[in-house]
Amino acid sequence: MEKKESTFAVKKGLAQMLKGGVIMDVVTAEHARIAEDAGAVAVMALERVPADIRAYGGVARMSDPEIILQIMDAVSIPVMAKCRIGHFVEAQILEALGVDYIDESEVLTPADEAHHINKHEFKVPFVCGCRNLGEALRRIGEGAAMIRTKGEAGTGDVVEAVRHARAVIGEMRRLESMPDEELMTYSKDIGAPYNMVKETKELGCLPVVNFAAGGIATPADAAMMMQLGVDGVFVGSGIFKSGDPPRRAAAIVEATTHYNDPEILANISKGLGEPMVGIGVSELPETERLAERGW
Amino acid sequence: MKIGVLALQGDFAEHITVLRHLEVDTTEVRLPSQLDELHGLIIPGGESTTIGKLATTFGMIEPLRRFGHDRPIWGTCAGAIFLSGDAHRQQPLLDLLDITIERNAFGRQVNSFEIDLIIPALEDPERPFRALFIRAPLIERVGRGVEVLAHLPEDKERTGRVVAAQQGHILATSFHPELTEDNRFHRYFINLVKG
Repeated sequence: MEKKESTFAVKKGLAQMLKGGVIMDVVTAEHARIAEDAGAVAVMALERVPADIRAYGGVARMSDPEIILQIMDAVSIPVMAKCRIGHFVEAQILEALGVDYIDESEVLTPADEAHHINKHEFKVPFVCGCRNLGEALRRIGEGAAMIRTKGEAGTGDVVEAVRHARAVIGEMRRLESMPDEELMTYSKDIGAPYNMVKETKELGCLPVVNFAAGGIATPADAAMMMQLGVDGVFVGSGIFKSGDPPRRAAAIVEATTHYNDPEILANISKGLGEPMVGIGVSELPETERLAERGW
Repeated sequence: MKIGVLALQGDFAEHITVLRHLEVDTTEVRLPSQLDELHGLIIPGGESTTIGKLATTFGMIEPLRRFGHDRPIWGTCAGAIFLSGDAHRQQPLLDLLDITIERNAFGRQVNSFEIDLIIPALEDPERPFRALFIRAPLIERVGRGVEVLAHLPEDKERTGRVVAAQQGHILATSFHPELTEDNRFHRYFINLVKG
């Protein structure tokens, strides 16, 4: 067989290389350098971190390509960028810029309230958010090569990330022991393609890498998500909205590696300065919950 | 015999799955003391800057160098970069293999690819080895005493580009045998560890 670019194995493969790592939201090239120096496995370019998107309100869109290119120039690690749910032209632009991964993200204002992007059509791989197994398998069915649980971005409250990770992992466990004759009804119930449900059962795990996102603000948060069974973490506002970003970033990277070693975790959690202030998710009105976006 | 997999970051679980499938005793390695009981070590794919930074922070650099002086190490992709002596960039390297490496030599992720390689050192050498190159590095220069195990098939751009090399018991591949079903490269390394 000859050379083939952008096969699904290659798209999914990059996410496998990011496992056990931390992907950090950055808005400038300077942020990106801080993230790389701290040991981030990739950076996510966006116009404002989610906490600021909440604070400013208005429509949140793909970043200015100029900034994305500056970030790509500044670091040697992979650069991801966000497009709006369903906004396939933003995705085409990001692909043309040469970003390494696109996040079709609920953190930005959705461009289509019924359809996500047909991600099979792109050479660049996509990561998408999910709250449960059905949503994860719908996105993979559309071509996503990596999944992240949504959590609740820009809050610094880890509770939703935990809820979504437990949902996905718990449903996986249930599926594993499910007799084959129940798979069709289960597919219908969770709104997932039957062949994906079947494949997932046979594999005994999701067919792609699954990270946690949305509300991770401390090394302990990151380590808890890893102990719950995700493959790595995204940190958004948690780093650059804290008192000492370089130090906190490095500590979260170290905690993601040594997630199972409480003595090391105690050590790296010391004296990190002020964490981001945060908002309790339970105080957040339904209409302001980003995780509800996407279907 | 026990082969560890450096688990600071990257696709270490994929290597462990292959080793277990081949019935080799294996373990994840995150701290220097975990190296003692091992006969060989794999450094997985991942981000070489992240792996280098964590290895420095947790005091792994010197122990890994000592390990490599008398025991086999195999690095895939980021692992190959970490084993090299020169990656054209300031980042922690083990300098156990006399090669110069070019990071992201094929461009960005949209240029990542898979291709068949003929690797004479493997069992059943006629059978092509499907190799995944993901933001992969190229081995730009090999020093004296470094054996070339594989290169890319000739193509229009350049010829003879090196993607697998070995110096004594140190082995490096630009690609990811842990991501495909073909376990001949893992068996090759296991034989190297057995000696």
